[in-house]
Amino acid sequence: MIRVVLPPHLRTLARVHDEVHLEIAGLVTQRSVLDALEAQYPMLRGTIRDHVTRQRRPFLRFFACQEDLSHEQPDAPLPEAVATGEEPLLIIGAIAGG
Amino acid sequence: MSGVRILVGTRKGAFILASDGARKKWEVAGPHFAGWEIYHMKGSPADPNRLYASQTSGWFGQLIQRSNDAGKTWEPVDNKFVYDGDAGTHQWYDGTPHPWEFKRVWHLEPSLNDPDTVYAGVEDAALFRTTDGGKRWVELKGLREHGSGPRWQPGAGGMCLHSIIVDPNDPERIFIAISAAGAFRTDDGGKSWKPINKGLYSKYIPDPTAEVGHCVHHIAMNPRRPGVLFMQKHWDVMRSDNAGDSWEKISGNLPTDFGFVIDIHAHEPETVYVVPIKSDSEHFPLDGKLRVYRSRSGGHEWEELAKGLPEKNCYVNVLRDAMAVDQLDECGVYFGTTGGQVYGSADAGDTWMPIVRDLPGVLSVEVQTLS
Repeated sequence: MIRVVLPPHLRTLARVHDEVHLEIAGLVTQRSVLDALEAQYPMLRGTIRDHVTRQRRPFLRFFACQEDLSHEQPDAPLPEAVATGEEPLLIIGAIAGG
Repeated sequence: MSGVRILVGTRKGAFILASDGARKKWEVAGPHFAGWEIYHMKGSPADPNRLYASQTSGWFGQLIQRSNDAGKTWEPVDNKFVYDGDAGTHQWYDGTPHPWEFKRVWHLEPSLNDPDTVYAGVEDAALFRTTDGGKRWVELKGLREHGSGPRWQPGAGGMCLHSIIVDPNDPERIFIAISAAGAFRTDDGGKSWKPINKGLYSKYIPDPTAEVGHCVHHIAMNPRRPGVLFMQKHWDVMRSDNAGDSWEKISGNLPTDFGFVIDIHAHEPETVYVVPIKSDSEHFPLDGKLRVYRSRSGGHEWEELAKGLPEKNCYVNVLRDAMAVDQLDECGVYFGTTGGQVYGSADAGDTWMPIVRDLPGVLSVEVQTLS
């Protein structure tokens, strides 16, 4: 089981109140996590990564295990602790603006 | 019993203001989509319970929301706006070519007779349409592929397609306006387009009478008289009596003819409303006094409407989609400000009252008249 923590606005959009749990067969990567997330919550499509380029939106970051993974390759394996569900993948909205 | 619903898009959510036909007491519902920018929200003329909203965010991009119960509940529909084919380039602010990039939806225009058909005007400027209630959006690429596209340039607010008017007598005829390309018309349902900017004079572009490049802020039409259009350009208030083929300046005695909104009385097609703004470098009313100006003669001669509006220290703006009228016998007029006030008049502008004072900055105002 993969644990994902969404930013508050996306929790509201997805109608969830806590972290999201996903089942992923195979390698656990940013891409496979986001694919599973968007399949389970279609309303999130386009909000975390661009519909066409599939690139992360500029004001979002991916954190896990006290590391910023935002600039890792989409198909790079996520940390083992994320893959086992010990630690969540945090999707963070950059702090900016009023 | 008749009533009125005002759909207000703001910088931090959507609000719905409701009243009976007297329009004296108002109920305020919201915020819907709290914390998100709601660029526009509009109801279907064919089904007043069907609403559409453009919900955007610098963090999370574009969403489109749909309601089937007059805004009590909402569901997100498709938010994929992809240009059809190679999008090409337009001019950037410095005149260099810049790739067409989707940023947000500025305006949603539901069809007059089908609740599932909606037009969407987007930034970077293009026109999309859904015919299945928002499950899928398809670009009407004839507009963007008009030969002048590479010469279009963004205005200060971005290169937005902000005005969409469907001719009630001929749904194949659609008028749109883009800042800063100008106004365009299709007579074949969006396959082909022609610029309709003859008569516009914009001294801030190299050729002041160019075919395209004018910063049109808003256009309006009274559906009872589809051939007559009114325009608030960056500077200048204009009218056309031939469906945009040519324009005449009607600024007349306005104290300043810079502004964003323009609208028309529901039953008097020659009665026009604008909110004069001091200048393009000072986006607030003259002398700190918020004023609507009304012409009952289709332009040229304007009267100041002040009763109930701030007399001093008012430095708000009224953005291009933030004025609307109702269809009741005594026409109601409504507008919202960047200071979060929504003002209403139940007597065609003679007197005004604030319906709400402290919303987030208002981006858009639309009205539904309920029977």
